Amino acid sequence: MAEKKSLGKEFSKGIIIENPVLRLVLGTCPTLATTTSVTSAIGMGISASIVLICSNIAISALRKVIPAKVRIPAYIVVIASFVTIVQMLVKAFVPVLNEQLGVYLPLIVVNCIILGRAEAFASKNGVLASAVDGLGMGIGFTAALFVMGTIREILGAGTFLAGFGGLIGNNFDGFSIPFLNSNPILIFILAPGGFFVFGLVMALANKLAESKGKPKAELKGCENCPMAKICNVRDKVEGCDKKEVEA
Amino acid sequence: MELTKGLIALFLTMILTQNFILAKFLGICPFLGVSKKLDTALGMSLAVIFVMALSTAVTYPINKYILVANNLEYLQTIVFILVIAALVQMVEIVLKKYIPALYNSLGIYLPLITTNCAVLGVVTLNVDNGYDFIHSLICSLGGGVGFLVAMVMFAGVRSRLESCDVPKFLKGLPITLIAASLVSVSFLGFAGLVEGIFG
Repeated sequence: MAEKKSLGKEFSKGIIIENPVLRLVLGTCPTLATTTSVTSAIGMGISASIVLICSNIAISALRKVIPAKVRIPAYIVVIASFVTIVQMLVKAFVPVLNEQLGVYLPLIVVNCIILGRAEAFASKNGVLASAVDGLGMGIGFTAALFVMGTIREILGAGTFLAGFGGLIGNNFDGFSIPFLNSNPILIFILAPGGFFVFGLVMALANKLAESKGKPKAELKGCENCPMAKICNVRDKVEGCDKKEVEA
Repeated sequence: MELTKGLIALFLTMILTQNFILAKFLGICPFLGVSKKLDTALGMSLAVIFVMALSTAVTYPINKYILVANNLEYLQTIVFILVIAALVQMVEIVLKKYIPALYNSLGIYLPLITTNCAVLGVVTLNVDNGYDFIHSLICSLGGGVGFLVAMVMFAGVRSRLESCDVPKFLKGLPITLIAASLVSVSFLGFAGLVEGIFG
């Protein structure tokens, strides 16, 4: 019974309390780059989630075999293998998505969320718990991308879910928003709009967290970073407590 | 002459219009994480330029003569990330042993760079765009210098931000992102510049 309860907790923490994008501030590059449309945001979210779940399972299963000293390269190999598999599947079955994500699809390898969960969770917990953790974190990541993508696509292109049919194999082409459709605020789908919307969504998340009495999201520099234990920059960055990281 | 012109145009494009951080969103983590102080921003960027150029120089022949020659293109992602990781590790060891002064100023940033998307990004972009060796090298150098420009500029913006009275709910990361958005707007102004000069 206790087991069941804690699994539920592992699952739900990734979605809200420890949302990887809005609370832990990980995986910012794909969050900004692939949210120009809801379709590519969902595609990115699902691809990254699949890699996350699979690599969490594999790393957790191998956690007693991998020597501690070479664990980071070992994790990178495991993650890169799954990314390659996902890349091949996407190229074969959803070529539209491959075009939309472009270089960001292979870049899932260096997505800090995946390496971060491998280091912080999968290397210490059982297979089932790691799979559930990966699922929760993956849904949290996808949800954050979905919110960002929705705001940016509606304001910046005047459409919602445009081209979504390409993802699921029919010709559904989303909805068009009256007025905004003919007068889109183009800057929202350009680079500056990405930073701007991310900043506002983050502010909103902080506000909500505050009203619930939780601390606000802060780029703690190192605490959440998967490379924390082997990196020396933390001595130079403010708010980066060496002891805290090692504890 | 035509080649030189093309290379200069590519170099400027990578710095101004296709800036890695502000237009392509590659390497956002160090951009937000270590841009608080000018000296850390500078050290990190110089290390990035070095690693980007070096890994391009090493992965290009590996890709051309081993992977493409044997129809193993699907292994690119795995091979590239491993080569970059091994390269960074080796550079770190060599620097630590032979040039400790340089290690203390730049070397400490090296482990962070392994998982920096800008490095894997530039290598993958070079392959996707089908650049030859010299274009790949210029593309990574330009990308690295663009990274440096954005980091140093933003370090200045952030030091100003410290003394500002920001609304409570925007404090910290949100206002930093909005400031980044404004810096990014200013770079939009360069659109068409390179084509205008060299076109």
